[in-house]
Amino acid sequence: MNFPSFNLLMQSILSGVFIGALYGLIGLGLGLTWGLLRQINLSHFGLVFLSAYLSYQMATAGHVDPLWALLILPPAFFLFGMLMQWTLSKFAITPFNSLLATFGLTVVLESIIQGIWTADFRRLESAYTSMKFKVFGLFVPVPELITFGLSVGIAVAIWAVMRYTDVGKALRAMAEDGPIAAAFGINQKALSLFLAGLCAALAAVAGVCLALTFTLAPSQIFAWVGVVFAAVMLGGLGSPLGPLVAGIIIGVSEAITMAVASPSWAPIVSFSLLIFMLLLRPGKG
Amino acid sequence: MKKIDRRSVLAATAAGAAMAVAPAVRAQPAPIRIGSTLALTGPLSATGLTHKLVGDIYIEQLNARGGLLGRKVEWICKDDQSKPDLARTLYEQLITADKVDLLMGPYATGAILSAMGVAQRYNKVLVHHTFGIPSLAKYDMHFPAWSLGPNPQVTVPNTLFDMLAASPKPPKTIAIVTSKFPSIHFLSLGGREIAKKRGLQEVLFLEWEFGNRDFGPIAARIKDSKPDLVWVGDIGLEGNMLLDAMKKIDYTPPMNFHLYPAPGPMSKSAEGRGALSLTIFEEHQPFVSNPVGAQFVKIFNERATQAKLADTSVETQAAASYTAWQILEVGIKGANSLDDKAIAGWIKANRIDTIHGRLRFDGPNNYGDDLMKIKQVQNGKWQVVWPTQFAAPGTRLQMK
Repeated sequence: MNFPSFNLLMQSILSGVFIGALYGLIGLGLGLTWGLLRQINLSHFGLVFLSAYLSYQMATAGHVDPLWALLILPPAFFLFGMLMQWTLSKFAITPFNSLLATFGLTVVLESIIQGIWTADFRRLESAYTSMKFKVFGLFVPVPELITFGLSVGIAVAIWAVMRYTDVGKALRAMAEDGPIAAAFGINQKALSLFLAGLCAALAAVAGVCLALTFTLAPSQIFAWVGVVFAAVMLGGLGSPLGPLVAGIIIGVSEAITMAVASPSWAPIVSFSLLIFMLLLRPGKG
Repeated sequence: MKKIDRRSVLAATAAGAAMAVAPAVRAQPAPIRIGSTLALTGPLSATGLTHKLVGDIYIEQLNARGGLLGRKVEWICKDDQSKPDLARTLYEQLITADKVDLLMGPYATGAILSAMGVAQRYNKVLVHHTFGIPSLAKYDMHFPAWSLGPNPQVTVPNTLFDMLAASPKPPKTIAIVTSKFPSIHFLSLGGREIAKKRGLQEVLFLEWEFGNRDFGPIAARIKDSKPDLVWVGDIGLEGNMLLDAMKKIDYTPPMNFHLYPAPGPMSKSAEGRGALSLTIFEEHQPFVSNPVGAQFVKIFNERATQAKLADTSVETQAAASYTAWQILEVGIKGANSLDDKAIAGWIKANRIDTIHGRLRFDGPNNYGDDLMKIKQVQNGKWQVVWPTQFAAPGTRLQMK
């Protein structure tokens, strides 16, 4: 173990905050579907990558600024999410079965992506790619800052909606006890469609952010599953702010491990943290 | 007189035609069937598709030349999904159910090792493309197309350090950062040993798990250690991600060497400029002075463009793949037989001319010479810079 300079440590922590914000953004839609709809939607990762490839295509072929893609893709994905939920609602699907069904859908999405863009690596080059600025000796890359801003903004907005609006209260009531909520006049079907659409739209936003920062390959869909699941479980199912906070905790703990000890220890530290927190959290069991 | 109806005439005509065609059909010998798997899906598929394209081109050229031993050649290629365990099952199937005549190796090291076990069990020759750990290849009828020699952990670093020692500003300090991916890690550890023996001061040594996403802290530690040379034990996109992370903290390494980067993304990215790596073949003289190599480059460029591959150039993977088919073809013709032992005996006893040089298989574990060269990204293209006799015309090592 070595002791890094203050600047190195802070730069590493900043890097961890940024990657953690992306974990949180991807995990937000997954956690809401899991917690409120009782569906473990693995196809969320496929949708994130589909959105990333579409924003790559729009930027490369159509010269569309990736931030404009944020206005186009989420509404389209909202409709797709509703359609998917409408189809799934035709079957009495348990959470475990939803895991299998949406895993199959993820494989289909991966094949579609590979069929269109091949398995080769694709990189979205935009005006933001090389933008950065310096604050107190720390470099702040603009694409990561955009991701962080969107992640925090969306998580807080959804938290506020869930807490202060009738729709949010209805969603929480539905998750708590569906039949009782229905007895009070809550339209479960419509709310489920809305929530599934919202989560798919969140996947679209996360996809644009992913394309801004990372080189894409279809098979990388599954590389994000472990750490994002950890962020969702640590943050709490159905919690709007939890995955973001947990994602940042994981990102920062990994970054500090890399800066202070060995980068190869980073996954051990973050997953040990997950086990530790799950053991100690209140209300376990 | 008995009337002949239309149905009888048609039947008689059909029978006559069948009899006329039958000898011709019988005279056409059954094709030689060569079985293999490739990573057509999964994490290794970007490179797997290159091998598929090369195999298709080679079989087409081979059949246009008349095939092998007077028979056409058919290639049965299955998708191992980048999974070594599935590759093992599929090779068993190819031998026992599909009853192929011969085998060709899969991609990459893990799958090749699986296929080698099956080939050994059934005494089949296995020529393979890019196997990364020669010391693990114990089977006496395997033949590597990637000429990295029996001890690349010694010879590869020496080639790099020889070049740098001959440069105007040899490095004095080195940072070694490496993935723990098996075929990468052992080469980086070799590089570490050789660097020490040659008097380079190690200012940083870091390892990361394959699949790491956040390269920011690693980039910051490299910047802090101020090395003259960064040895990056990377595979696929890891090198690009690290250079990206360095750029974000406004750092450009004085010299950076990468083991197995994704060649297209590295050469096309701005931060890849000046990056060094390894190769056995690039699309320039003297490699394309060989007419077979030149023709292959031309066809591959066309087909890769049609297949919408982002990187359409021929480098190590495509060249090793073509070489593997060349070895098998020459082995069969030399032995004048499909008998695996006869083919293996002939390959081992002879030297084979391929698009990336003359290969031999009589060394430890059937490895011959290390023919690896050092290449550098110059003007958005990979160009060989060392050894100088293989350097692209008018090209030499560029220092930052």
